Formats: sequence, structure tokens, C-alpha cells
Amino acid sequence: MISAKRSTLLIAGGRVIDPSSGVDRDMDVVLRDGLVAELAAPGVLKASARETVDAKGCIVAPGFIDLHVHLREPGQSHKETIATGTAAAAAGGFTAVCAMPNTSPVNDSVEITRWMQAPEREAVVRLFPIAAATVGSMGEKLTDFAALQKAGAVAVSDDGKPILDDTMMRDALRTGTRLKLPVVQHAEDSRRTAGCSMNLGPTSFRLGLRGMPNAAESDIVIRDIALARETGAHIHVAHISTTEAMEAVRQAKKAGIRATAEITPHHFTLIDENVGDFDTHYKMNPPLRSAADREAMIAGIMDGTIDAIATDHAPHAFHEKQVEFECSSMGIIGLETALPIAITVLHHHFKLPLWRIVELLSCRPARVFALEGRGTLVPGAHGDVTIFDPQKKWTYDASLSRSKSRNTPYDGWKFIGKICATIVSGNVVYAD
Amino acid sequence: MKERARSILGTDQLTVPEIESILKLARRMNPKSPPQLLRGKRIVLLFYEPSTRTRTSFEFAAKALGATTTLITATSSSIEKGESLIDTGWTVTLLGADVIVMRHPNSGAPYLLSRFVPVSIVNAGDGLHQHPSQALLDALTITSHKKKHRGLRVVIVGDVFHSRVARSNALLLSKFGAQVIFCGPPDLVPDIAATIAPGVIACHDLEAALHGADVVMSLRIQKERLSGKQIGLEDYIAKFQITPQRMKLAKPDAIVMHPGPIVRGLELANEVADGPQSRVHEQVANGVKTRMAILATVMKRAR
Repeated sequence: MISAKRSTLLIAGGRVIDPSSGVDRDMDVVLRDGLVAELAAPGVLKASARETVDAKGCIVAPGFIDLHVHLREPGQSHKETIATGTAAAAAGGFTAVCAMPNTSPVNDSVEITRWMQAPEREAVVRLFPIAAATVGSMGEKLTDFAALQKAGAVAVSDDGKPILDDTMMRDALRTGTRLKLPVVQHAEDSRRTAGCSMNLGPTSFRLGLRGMPNAAESDIVIRDIALARETGAHIHVAHISTTEAMEAVRQAKKAGIRATAEITPHHFTLIDENVGDFDTHYKMNPPLRSAADREAMIAGIMDGTIDAIATDHAPHAFHEKQVEFECSSMGIIGLETALPIAITVLHHHFKLPLWRIVELLSCRPARVFALEGRGTLVPGAHGDVTIFDPQKKWTYDASLSRSKSRNTPYDGWKFIGKICATIVSGNVVYAD
Repeated sequence: MKERARSILGTDQLTVPEIESILKLARRMNPKSPPQLLRGKRIVLLFYEPSTRTRTSFEFAAKALGATTTLITATSSSIEKGESLIDTGWTVTLLGADVIVMRHPNSGAPYLLSRFVPVSIVNAGDGLHQHPSQALLDALTITSHKKKHRGLRVVIVGDVFHSRVARSNALLLSKFGAQVIFCGPPDLVPDIAATIAPGVIACHDLEAALHGADVVMSLRIQKERLSGKQIGLEDYIAKFQITPQRMKLAKPDAIVMHPGPIVRGLELANEVADGPQSRVHEQVANGVKTRMAILATVMKRAR
């Protein structure tokens, strides 16, 4: 349980980047009673009788928020638990995570939504449930959005089992509009991807694997945007991966439609060719796309079409991953590698300023799900802070992950940029 | 990567000298008076999918070289009880297998196994992906009729998308500088097929493809795979069956091949299948010799 500590914490010597208030300079930060109390020029605030975190050489940012994780509880605790998943989140600098409802049973009820947030789950960071949009995510009957929202759900989604029926999706969006609740869609026309295990392209042909066409994603995104225009709803596109879907979101934003989109680190870093000779660590859904799509993902990040970097953290046990490629579970763990990949790829390679990375990991995701008092360091906000060293070079060792699972393609990768400390409600929950 | 070096998984991983050395060895192999190169060796035939010619020819090849063989099929083993591929592979390895010859319905299955078990793996066909021993025996058949591969025009006709034989052959022939033309209806020969290797093109017009061909390779059409496609069975026969008339477009000395089993009356007209240009029987006979050479090669490398 995260409780507001009756104490004071001084974060001294760091460079504060808070895009929500336009701050980017050396400052000390004081957290008191679980909230941000004040920011001041270095050395002005006295460190005496206070717990101090030394942030010298580091960036001090609003706590990171991951809009898309799978924590596997209830029902699949052999892959992950809320305790282990949120411990990995803390190690990755995330002070809040939004947990998808494809648990077992599906989180389509007030009871499960509450159960996930109960202190007994021992979450290390804040957990915000995303509830199912339809009962059992079967696409036939809407869940009780109002009751789920009251119980703590910040959005609804049938993640992994997209809502294909136009009428059902329209109803979900209408209800979402009334309650100001975003509807999150995993955009995949599953009627066109049956039996497919990777992206359709030269690599899928060479490997003799059935491939998913880009249109299976983008046609659903285009349909959803049209319905959002019609209903005035907020549609959030999960893990966008194709050129065409990115363009659809870009145009929707220009037209003033409430469409937001998240991207995973792997979709802006890896491509379908990385599957190599059937390496299941590169099997995910949506699949890794072509080099051209990956370029379009970078462009969408650069021009602001993308609202958030989300990990789609998808833990699976060894025996679920190390099987025939077509039989393997989809997805990879990603909480601990998100920031290092963002810095290595987006900042060092593509020259995206650090404040933009901070924005994509904190204040903009907070805005997407309207998380009050998060993603910002203005006084009075939640005392959620992420401290990282943007220059630190290190090698990722998956065997040391705090996640229960090890399914990652990044084992042994050399990164620049590392989390130093993660603070939730004024408490240090992770320190390197 | 030590394990990989002892396995034959796909033609893309074989170098030209490696292929030439296997073909040279295959030419010298005589199944009737074979060298006892594999005396005392244990070869497991791990077959997750039915097979007649591939399984039988690997078995004859192994026995001709003095090895003992054991057949494991999916339905009469622990595989039926849900044992994972890696666990089955380890079991077979620890029981003393020297080589696992493997047939599997999933593309890439032998690649997975080769990463986990320290034993030689020979891919006897994986999903839609590769069938390297077929491509090698086809190369042996071609070389006994054509002086060199470079510049040869090889037309591969039929269901290319679902064919591991097409993929393995195209990758091998491309290495030797042959021109490969995939031919069939767009559903079965997607344009993307041409990206598999240099010198490969996709074509939807059989007459155009056959023009000047040196080798015509027909693939099996599984009738159920035509269902739901734009092209029907009758339509396929009308447009893509290899007939004596169409063969006149190819070079006079062109040869006709088919990996089998032939669906009579569909892919090939009987006059072509049984005609003077057909090398179908020779392919089958070359199967044992080529597989003897393959087994001898992986065991030599393993030593």
C-alpha cells in the first residue's frame, strides 16, 4: 500500500524537467506529506533534518505513467503478479501503470477492479485499472462503465479482442462521451489476421509464416476515428504500428477529433526483419512492422502525433515463449527498458530533446487518461518523481529483471540512460 | 552457434561450396553397395507430419550407411500427451540420438530445436518454410542434365505460397545464378514472393513464364487450398496445367520435375508427367543418394 508519508524529502542537485509547467533548469525539489511542496534554486532549501536524495548529474522529472501494461492478476500469476509487475515498473521509473483487463477472468466487474487495487496486492507504484468495455471482452454487451469508473477504472478497452462490430463500438464511444471515459482500442481486424504470427512482408514470406497486413490495423483505426467524430468521444489508439494508422490519427487531430495514440518502444526501435530465424522474442501483437513503418513511427513521435510511450509490458513464462513460432505467446516485457530505449534511440540517435521524452512518459499520458495531479511537479501535485541519468552507459541483463518473466529481445543490449530513483507519494520505491 | 554448424536447416544457410560438396558426395553414393560411413550411429526420424518419400528415403539412406533408425511420430509418442518440442528433443538426444531428422507442420520448428539441443538436426520439411533435402536432390537432378546452373531459366509453377519446396529451391538456385520464375495465380504466387532471393520473379501468365525455360518444376496443388480463393479448380487447370502444347514454349531440351505426390490430372497433364521430358522418377531415385550424402555430411561435421 502506498501511503503518504508524514515526512519531507529533499531532491537536491538535479536538473528539473517538467514540461507541464515549462520548467527546465537546475532546481531542488521538496516533497512533503506525499505531495510536491516547493521547488527552489539549488542550495536555497536547507537539507538539515530531512531525508535527501542526491540527484547530481541527473534529470528530475514528473513520475512516469505507463498507459498499457499486463500484470496478469487475477488468474495468470505464473507470468506476473501485481506485486512483481509494479516492482518492475518502479525499476523502470514508472510511478503509475494502467493495467489492461485481459486477466483471467477478464476484469469486467467492480469486484475485480477493486480487488486489483486492494492493499493486499502489494503494488509498489500506483495501479489504475482499465476495465473491459464488453462483458468478458466478448464484444456482445457493454459493461457498466459508470460503476467501473466509480470503482477506479480510468478507461475501458477490450485489449487483444478488438471491438469489430460498428454498433457495439458506437455504443461504447457514446457511453464513454457521457462519462468522459476514454475508450482504448487494440486496432486489429482479427478476421483478417487469423493464423498470422508476424507482419506481412518479405520476411514473413521467406519464413513461411502468415502475415498481418497493415490495413488490418489501419482500417479499424480509421473506422474508430469516424465513430469518434460522430459521437464526440475520446478514442485512444493502443500501440500504434502502421504508417496508415499514424496518418489517420494525425489527420484526426488536425480536424479536432479527440483521438490520442500511444507507441511502444519496440515499434519505434525494431522491425519485422529482426525476427531473424524465428526468434520468438520478436513476436508481438501488433507485430513488428517494416522499416518504412518504423520511420513513420519516428515521424509521428517527432511531430507530436504520438501522445505517449507505453510499454505493452506482456510477461510470459519460458514454456509459453520457447515453442514453435506460430504457437508462441505474443509480447515482451518492457517496463525496465522503456526509458533507456527512448533515450538511446530517440534522444541520442534521432535527437529528440530530453524534455520531449519526459513529456511522452509523464505529462501527456497523464492528460490522456485525465489523471489529476500526476505527470506534473507543480506544488500540490502528487509526490511522484522519476530521477534518471541520461548519460549513463550500461548493459541490460534480463536475468536481473524484477518481472517474473524474461521474455525480452533486449537481453545484453547496451543502453545510454538509466533510472536512478523512483519516488511514489514521497516514498523512494526504487533506488539504483 | 556450434550446434548450428552441424545441422542442415535451410538452403539459405548453405554456402555454394557446401552445396557442391554434398552434390559431389551424392553422385558417388550407391545405395546398393554403400560405404558404412555411419556404422553404429543412431538416427531418429522425428515426424510430426505424414510423409512417404521423404521419410522412406531418409530411412533407406541411413540404413544404407550402416546406421540404425527409429521413427517417432506425433500420434504414437509422448508428443500426443502434450510434451513440448524442446523436451522431446532433449529426450531423444539423451537416449543417444546422433542425428534428428525432423518433419514438422510449423515453420521454424527445427530452428527452435537446434538452438536448444546439442545434436545434429536435419530439416525434412518445416511448415511452409524449407525442405532443403528436396532442393538438394532437385539440384542433383538438374545438374545431371544441364551443364551449369548459371543462367538457367527455372520455372516453378503452382502453389508457391504454401510450398517449402519452392522456397528452398529458389534460395538454392539463386545462389548458383539461375533465374527463377514463380508462376501461378496471384493468390498462390503473391508478388512479394519475388523478394525471397536475387534473380527471382513472380509471374501470373504460364505461357510467358514457360518461354525459353530450361527446367519446369511443378508443385503440388492441395485442392482444399483453392477453396475460398478467386481461382477455382477448373480455372486453375485451364490456366496453369502443364500440357504438351505449353511445353513447346520451353526449350526443346527442357526437363520437367515434380516433388510429388502428383495429383493426377491437375498440375501436370499425364502426357507430360509420364513423357520423355519428365524426370520425376529420377528425382525419387536421387532422393536416397542425396539424403545419404546429407547424413554423411552432418556426421562428418559433428566429428
